[in-house]
Amino acid sequence: MGFFNKIKNIFKGENISSNIDGKNEEKSKKTAIYEKGLTKSRKGFVSKLADLTNKYSKITDEYFDELEEILIMADIGVNTVMKFMERLRDRVRHENITDPKDLKEIIVDELFIIYVNDEVLSNKIKINKNGPTVVLFVGVNGVGKTTTIAKLANKFKDQGKKVLLIGADTFRAGAVEQLQEWSDRLDTGFYGKENSDPASVVFDGLDVAIRENYDMVFIDTAGRLQNKVNLMKELEKINKVIDRQIPGGPQETLLVIDATTGQNGISQAKAFKEITNITGIVLTKLDGTAKGGIVLAIKEEVGIPVKYIGLGETKDDLQEFDIENYIYGLFKDMM
Amino acid sequence: MFETLGDRLQNALHKIKGYGKITEDNISDMMREIRLALLEADVNYKVVKEFTNTVKEKALGEEVASSINPGDMFVKIVKDELTELLGGESKPLNLDGDPAILMLVGLQGSGKTTTAGKLANYLRKKCGKKPLLVAGDVYRPAAIDQLKQLGKQLNIEVYEEGKNNPVEIAHNAIEYAKENNYDYVIIDTAGRLHVDEELMDELKNIRKEVNPQEILLVLDAMMGQDAINVITGFNDQLPLTGVILTKLDGDTRGGVALSVRHLTNVPIKFIGVSEKLDGLDSFDPERMAGRILGMGDIVSLVEKATDAIDEKEAEKTADKMMKGKFDLEDFLSTMKQIRKLGPLENLIKLIPGAKKMGLNNIKIDPKQMAHVEAIVLSMTPSERKHPEIIKASRKTRIAKGSGTSVQEVNKLLQQFDEMKKMMKQMSNGNFKMPF
Repeated sequence: MGFFNKIKNIFKGENISSNIDGKNEEKSKKTAIYEKGLTKSRKGFVSKLADLTNKYSKITDEYFDELEEILIMADIGVNTVMKFMERLRDRVRHENITDPKDLKEIIVDELFIIYVNDEVLSNKIKINKNGPTVVLFVGVNGVGKTTTIAKLANKFKDQGKKVLLIGADTFRAGAVEQLQEWSDRLDTGFYGKENSDPASVVFDGLDVAIRENYDMVFIDTAGRLQNKVNLMKELEKINKVIDRQIPGGPQETLLVIDATTGQNGISQAKAFKEITNITGIVLTKLDGTAKGGIVLAIKEEVGIPVKYIGLGETKDDLQEFDIENYIYGLFKDMM
Repeated sequence: MFETLGDRLQNALHKIKGYGKITEDNISDMMREIRLALLEADVNYKVVKEFTNTVKEKALGEEVASSINPGDMFVKIVKDELTELLGGESKPLNLDGDPAILMLVGLQGSGKTTTAGKLANYLRKKCGKKPLLVAGDVYRPAAIDQLKQLGKQLNIEVYEEGKNNPVEIAHNAIEYAKENNYDYVIIDTAGRLHVDEELMDELKNIRKEVNPQEILLVLDAMMGQDAINVITGFNDQLPLTGVILTKLDGDTRGGVALSVRHLTNVPIKFIGVSEKLDGLDSFDPERMAGRILGMGDIVSLVEKATDAIDEKEAEKTADKMMKGKFDLEDFLSTMKQIRKLGPLENLIKLIPGAKKMGLNNIKIDPKQMAHVEAIVLSMTPSERKHPEIIKASRKTRIAKGSGTSVQEVNKLLQQFDEMKKMMKQMSNGNFKMPF
């Protein structure tokens, strides 16, 4: 069964076993949230794809051109799209496909393959068994690092964990206050100091985490453009400090990327990966009209998977990333 | 990173070579390269389509003069066309109002608050008048604090009413500005999605209430294809008078600039080029065109250099170089001048063809430069004039004095020697600059 059919069944509930257990219920709840959040993103993309299959009764060059446009408009990287189109053309030729309707399934399938690439991807946070689990958040300016931390902290707090937020963005005016305000709202621990060296704030913050037996530590860092050498070095230093305080830490380093980001997302992923061991991406602001397709290119070219997606501004608007749901969300009306 | 359009076109050129003219047939590879280059710069897909058609029409039938490289000619056609599209009529800020009211709008994280600070600073500097900042972002935690801190740094007053209704805040701020003789009022607003009806209505209400001279959309230059939805979304609901593109100090190509101009005709008024509060530049279409095409920006380079380098000093140095009398003293002063230009890798990127020379990914550690400077400063004046007298014991002393090692001192002396040799060759006319 193709991937397309599989997810179609999942979401239409056709394949769900009769004894509905908690897991399925949870799954459909999650799907509903995805659907809601992605509604605006999806509108443009899917209705265009549907238009495309209705408009063309045969697969022609114009059909391919228009498909290419749709994919590029979703910000799936230019290289990735070009390669994808080549593969698609090959398959059409070899498998003698003439009806655009048959191609829909292949399109979704191929996108899935690009992302998964035969790997086992986990969207779980790696937990440190010997002390606090440290998660470091990095990214360029204005992508939503602080808000993402608040959302993730809320998630872990709901699971009964003791959470500490460290405000190490000592550069941007008001950044430490922003995190502190979140910490007050969520009732988590907080450590931060303005106008001091970020690495020393991290060092002292981790002291607190160890001393007071925190389970989870989320570190906010200043937004930095990936071509600023000094700021990237600072990140290197922060990493070293974490490793000294919590051996093997940080357990996760999450790169936060704004869904409206274009081709520059690839450069961001490459540059941050060079400096730190990026373990995953948080794709934010997917509740707008942006599709965030650049994550497919990042996965293909840089090999970093998405762990979470942000679908709004409230503390509950963070979801574990699920490629099936994501693609489904974009293609729903087609099925 | 990306190849420049020039590099790409070179690869497509073999097809066109030998033909006397650019024709429909031999042009297709070139058009494809241009198309990809623009798409990689995040220029909107539809804009790319129209644009490439225009370029094709212009290029067809052009003679491929034997003296110039047809690729270069092609790039020129593209760049000129792009500049024209980006340019259009440039409009200065409309500041006719007492006070003049400027309102900043945009998505979350596009840089409105920082831009508000920069704009206030710019207006005060440029017009010598009194700006007032208004904290209208009542939603994001600590947004008001952020603006207040910026105001404090700049010594510009910030009007705030905590988390009151933004429409009321705007109204009261204008009253306050009138009473206290402020010339400009800059209203920061909360980031919002263009599809958020409730929050968009709030902006419309602020506009109705205060009737601003300028409504400026703050747009992240790293935006991808969704930019078109954002720009038209805001512009349909609020009559935008200008766009400010932020984060252009990154390595993004900023193709979104083209989409803005092409789709809305709203002029780009400023670009944000650093996190510092004076990092706001006026928009230059030609430079932007070069950037989108990845062609480097020799104009900026020259301007930066003339800003920072003391001409007399430079002449003196150049003279010494030519005569082979360049010593470590001159080396030191040259280095100090170069340092004034800012991070070197930014400068290198501005050199056209930097990519071809493999210079685009060079990373220069400012600390390394500081080390070199420390070494030279630890030498006596006579050692700087006659580096050949530096032997083992002097080297040990210099290393100690500068906190470096003898190896580093050796390396510097060696490099200096090579540099001198190169200069001699240059003045003999045997050396060709790589560009």
